[in-house]
Amino acid sequence: MTPISQPILTRSLTAALAGLSLSLMGSGPVAAQETPATAAPPPSVQVDRGSALYGRPEGGAAAKLAPVAGPPLATAAAKLPLDKLKVPEGFKIEVYASGLANAREMTQAPDGTLYVGTRTVGKVYAVLPKADGDGKREVKTIATGLHRPNGVAYHDGALYVAELSKIWRYDDIANHSDGAAKPTLVYDDLPKDEAHGWKFIAIGPDNKLYVPVGAPGNIVMPPDTHAQIRRMDLDGKNAEVIARGVRNTVGFDWNPKTKQLWFTDNGRDWVSEDIPNDELNVLTEPGKQHFGYPFCHQGTFTDPEYGWGHACSEFTAPAALLGPHTASLGLRFYTGTQFPEAYRDAMFVARHGSWNRTTKLGGDVVVAKPGSDGKTAAVEPFLTGFLQDNKYVGRPVDVLVAKDGSLLVSDDYNGAIYRVSYGR
Amino acid sequence: MRRHLRALRGPASALGGLLLTGAALAAPDAALQERLAPCIGCHGAGTSATEGVPSLGGQPADYVVTQLFQFREKQREAPPMNEVAAGFSDDDLRAYADAVATLPPPAWSGPPADAALATRAQALVAKHQCNSCHGPDLAGRDAIPRIRAQREEYLAKALAAYKSNARPGYDPAMNEVAQGLSEADIRDLAAYVSHL
Repeated sequence: MTPISQPILTRSLTAALAGLSLSLMGSGPVAAQETPATAAPPPSVQVDRGSALYGRPEGGAAAKLAPVAGPPLATAAAKLPLDKLKVPEGFKIEVYASGLANAREMTQAPDGTLYVGTRTVGKVYAVLPKADGDGKREVKTIATGLHRPNGVAYHDGALYVAELSKIWRYDDIANHSDGAAKPTLVYDDLPKDEAHGWKFIAIGPDNKLYVPVGAPGNIVMPPDTHAQIRRMDLDGKNAEVIARGVRNTVGFDWNPKTKQLWFTDNGRDWVSEDIPNDELNVLTEPGKQHFGYPFCHQGTFTDPEYGWGHACSEFTAPAALLGPHTASLGLRFYTGTQFPEAYRDAMFVARHGSWNRTTKLGGDVVVAKPGSDGKTAAVEPFLTGFLQDNKYVGRPVDVLVAKDGSLLVSDDYNGAIYRVSYGR
Repeated sequence: MRRHLRALRGPASALGGLLLTGAALAAPDAALQERLAPCIGCHGAGTSATEGVPSLGGQPADYVVTQLFQFREKQREAPPMNEVAAGFSDDDLRAYADAVATLPPPAWSGPPADAALATRAQALVAKHQCNSCHGPDLAGRDAIPRIRAQREEYLAKALAAYKSNARPGYDPAMNEVAQGLSEADIRDLAAYVSHL
């Protein structure tokens, strides 16, 4: 950290996180007061509903905002922004692996091999656990030519890979890291929409495969097949919808104590710079809950177009808010023992960072520490510094508790994995 | 910053930065021309005169490197570019992208689109918010291509391929936008944008 960037970072984080912790459910409707729900509905600009730009108001400042994908080539190890990244006292951060262009979701095998999916480059990587004398780990490309293979989940010797509309299983993956493995199709009863079509997947404590289907656009009335989370047997059979009204979740995990599913959900764009917040949700009654989209956002205000005739009380409110447009993606409970006691059973959440906001927000990893009621009590910064002077020097996508209790963080902008550890 | 560092990696830029004599400046230019020669052979020196082959002039290096990457990985099928890029290293992709980005942008020199077409197309540009990513003058930026004065039949083919998902974009933005375009919309947009 340079002396110059310290105060900037601290100021923006303080402001952002003050908003976060104050706007938790159960602590009063502070969010609604700070960010009035009176935002005018966007003028009826005729834009395709499937477009990321649907709902964008006319006007000079808004026209400057657009999503931009990261580069297809990884940043060289020596040029990674490691000196900009900050972790709390007692922790340290290092580069775990580099050269994995567009690194997205991560999963780890018992032998320590890390598997990493991608969204834009069609590849799945394996990072071998043993570092060489210079601390570098070998990265193998185990699959190429896949269509948005964002999701990876290791289970019982097999690697599950989620493309946009197909889920595959690579058996005995440990012996098939040469790129020649022939996968078995698990499930393909999925829409082919490009919008929110890439998937985070995971296998739950119930030994079932969990697969989200995002809304096919920014703000649309989703068909019955979309805006939901499904679960199914590991062979793809007996699929059922367990959560509805989910716009786009790209991260979920199970509370190790309650076994309940917690998930992030990305809020809609173009209502306002400041609303809605991304949501942190908990599924307490699988199959019975609707989380609001497209009718209600962040649990506190009805959609300017689809909310008429509805009240937010009809829907399950979020357990915590994660900031407007922050693109809160990967989420994992801390199940290790390396970190201090305060982090046990807390959630780490990777916030990829906003595009639909003039002053960018996110580009960090936050920790959501649960309260005694089983709901989140506080959201705090953990790993910061990816956002410098309103520009990204990296963008965190997923977090993973490694076998040794350290926290791995993927960065799709640089194609790198960082490792956060505690103590010596 | 990324662009600056990338440019410095090229031998041509490094030489140019270190040596300031006229003779030395000629050397990087020669190296650049040598690298660009096979590109110019089909694409022209910025403006393509060949049907189906896009003009490369004025394209941002970040866009070019992404397309070359997609050719190499066969994510975008466009013979003969897949074979051309098959053996490129990452450094090759960067070097070619930086070289291509030096070509002068194409400019339409004929008469502009007729008034009725211009009115229809401008409404489409507004409706589909082309300028949100491609910029107010459709000249592109970063990883977003310059489309003004691009060849008409190339623009039409690109939009149709995005619409059918035959060309999955590096990012799905264009696939999403193109879903709402009719064949007539595509004809109008291509005719108008190519005449800017």
